[in-house]
Amino acid sequence: MKERKWHFWQSDIASYGLILGVVVIAMSLVGMVVSFSDRHFISGVITEGQLLLFLTVVIVGYLIARGMEDKSPIKVALSGAGIGLISGLFLVALVLLINIKPLDLRAMFVNASPKLVKALTFDKGLETGFIYLLLTNIISGALGGLIVVIPGVWGSSLANGALITILIGVLTEIWKTFLPRGVSKFLFVGRGFSVVGFIVTFVVMVGFLIFWGFYGQSVSSGYKKAEAKQPTGVKVTTWVIGLVFFLLVPRMVGSYLSEVLDMVGLYILMGLGLNIVVGFAGLLDLGYVAFFAIGAYTMAVLTSADLGLFHLTFWIALPISVLLAISAGVILGIPVLGMRGDYLAIVTMGFGEIIRLLVLSDALKPVLGGAQGLTRIGRPVIGGLVLKDPPQFYYLIFAGIVIGWYVASALKDSKLGRAWMALREDEDVAQAMGINLVSIKLLAFGTGAALSGFSGAIFAAKINSMVPHTFNILISIYVLSLIIVGGVGSLPGVIVGSLALIATPELLREFAEYRMMIYGAVLVGMMLFKPEGLWPEEARKRELHAEEEAEARPAAVSMERGRLERTGRSVGGTIDGSS
Amino acid sequence: MGVLETHSATKRFGGLVAVDSVDLDVGEQSIHSIIGPNGAGKTTLFNCITCFYKVDEGEILLEGHHIHFLSPDRVAQKGIARTYQNIRLFANMTVLENIMVGMHIHTHYGYIDSLLRSPHKKKEDERVTRESSSLLEFVGLKGKGDLFAKNLPYGEQRRLEIARALALKPKVLLLDEPTAGMNPRESEDTMRFIKRLRDELRITILLIEHDMKVVMGISEIITVMDFGKVIAEGTPEEIKSNPQVIEAYLGHGAAEAAAM
Repeated sequence: MKERKWHFWQSDIASYGLILGVVVIAMSLVGMVVSFSDRHFISGVITEGQLLLFLTVVIVGYLIARGMEDKSPIKVALSGAGIGLISGLFLVALVLLINIKPLDLRAMFVNASPKLVKALTFDKGLETGFIYLLLTNIISGALGGLIVVIPGVWGSSLANGALITILIGVLTEIWKTFLPRGVSKFLFVGRGFSVVGFIVTFVVMVGFLIFWGFYGQSVSSGYKKAEAKQPTGVKVTTWVIGLVFFLLVPRMVGSYLSEVLDMVGLYILMGLGLNIVVGFAGLLDLGYVAFFAIGAYTMAVLTSADLGLFHLTFWIALPISVLLAISAGVILGIPVLGMRGDYLAIVTMGFGEIIRLLVLSDALKPVLGGAQGLTRIGRPVIGGLVLKDPPQFYYLIFAGIVIGWYVASALKDSKLGRAWMALREDEDVAQAMGINLVSIKLLAFGTGAALSGFSGAIFAAKINSMVPHTFNILISIYVLSLIIVGGVGSLPGVIVGSLALIATPELLREFAEYRMMIYGAVLVGMMLFKPEGLWPEEARKRELHAEEEAEARPAAVSMERGRLERTGRSVGGTIDGSS
Repeated sequence: MGVLETHSATKRFGGLVAVDSVDLDVGEQSIHSIIGPNGAGKTTLFNCITCFYKVDEGEILLEGHHIHFLSPDRVAQKGIARTYQNIRLFANMTVLENIMVGMHIHTHYGYIDSLLRSPHKKKEDERVTRESSSLLEFVGLKGKGDLFAKNLPYGEQRRLEIARALALKPKVLLLDEPTAGMNPRESEDTMRFIKRLRDELRITILLIEHDMKVVMGISEIITVMDFGKVIAEGTPEEIKSNPQVIEAYLGHGAAEAAAM
């Protein structure tokens, strides 16, 4: 066969490279590179801004290599290097453009600053800087491409080890709070790794992953064997260890991180509720923040000392808040019973806005505080102890999550859970199965609203004073995003999603500015590469398992087929089995 | 008097009369077929009987009681189950879960039982799982309970859909082209299976079918529809020689040719 002539402009390298070039330019111009440049990943070697750029190049290098038919090491490395070269040239061009004084790029792009030039050229002057920039891009691209060459456990261990190392390096402050002083001094310098610390961490992580890849199965099967031998004993031990760990967390991490965990926890509680509505029953609700607001405001109005209308304690106000949220959920549910998909989403979104405008309104100011919000909300008291600081609230929220988790998992594993799933799959057929759509929809809205109201009530008591501005539609979107990222319909997914989407921006203050942008990128990426979420529903795993079994069976089936055919009976399409 | 009756049931969509004063009398434990060319209104009639569409005129009776004003879920609870022309399983649920959804109305516990995981709930769930499994065995899907419905081969999906309808323990089962897309041998198996449903489970069966060989083979009564109207009704023998039917199916000339 005649080999087709290779044209650069028709190749993947050109298209991937150009897209990558545009992406890195965009990242530079929106200011991500600069704002991350104050933090060093490896002190004195590479900043987090630069890391972000190179990581993007690595990922695209991996993607291009993954799509190639011929995965020989030289070819994938060359392709990766090719796109790296293109993105490097884009960045060089950007730096040159910034340096043309009459053009004054900065008038349009405020971030096209000398600081950006410094970050991109490694502060080495233009000529040397360009060489550095091109080389680092080319190497990143080639490395990304080479990931596909390394087989099985080794490749995934290297990639995941690198990811974990990056995570550790980026979140230096957290590890510093609970690692022994000596260890953290050895690993970290300033706000980044030391060179030695980086190498040690990377080697240890990769080594551990390789070990786990080869021997992990025997460890977990050993656990399963032990569980089979003594089911209750092992289970109880696991639960107790887990419980003790979670109870000790605030002691280990201190006040600041407890505050972050509290925030994450409140989102988890909301996520568990919305997961019932969206994940289980498939009813897209964009006004979910309304129930959070109702829970919070009920708590505030009933306990606020400033307002002085009621003087209830937290523990009496809590069930009332939840009940009011449930009522609101059911009341919203009734008009939208006949709506599906987009229409439902729009109407619920409107409901969320109505609630926000109601609490903002002047007419209700004497009761709800108007734009100034409400202050001096009652604190929960347990046996004379007033809960005030984040570690104390951690326990309250933790208890809330345990309840929410229990409710969600109990309902999922019931007649109602199956009816919700059927509703999600095909509303008309579900109804033809005798399922009363009105009641299961209202139960979904009500239960979801209960958990959201619960979360809101704790939130109000925790922050003590609140303003209506807090309850905007972004909260609904955050909760929906964390469900999608974690895995729609999956309970552990809610926790994973909350940690990924809520904790990360809290921890990386620089990140917070680009929160929505990165959410968008993450959601698009998830839909493309892992649509089932980070921790998908269990049914999918079970399904994979069943497929493996089915593959192992054909031998037995074909034997039986032979026997039946000899006896002259029909097989294959038999529908009655009685033939 | 039959178990299922329609009295001049009429359904209009704008100017089109999809079902035009249809009188149907389905006898207890009979196998009753509805045939007719495409667009004759057969599936619309099914949708009217299950109250997915509300009839514009006329009435529908199940065991002598009016049902045409009920909601589809109430009709299902009263004892009418159906399958669909284009298979409509809960694709992302497992085979067993599909059946268990069918058993919804026969699973007797409430919200509070679910929340508390009460012993009563556990017992009911165990019973429902057991009955669903034996239903799977009955339709020849034993051991496939944990597969996703969408991953079953076509023929098994058809069987699963029938099994899901059976889970409702219906008095009348409406089958919409149960042999569509099957080869002759599979169709024959399906027909044997449908007979077995009637004989063993004592279910009245009303089916829409295109395959003439199949229809003639198992039906006791055949109703022929064309342009929304019933144009003939009778035993297979009567229908075979009815000139109106031949005309509807094969055109005017064919009817004359048959008459000659």
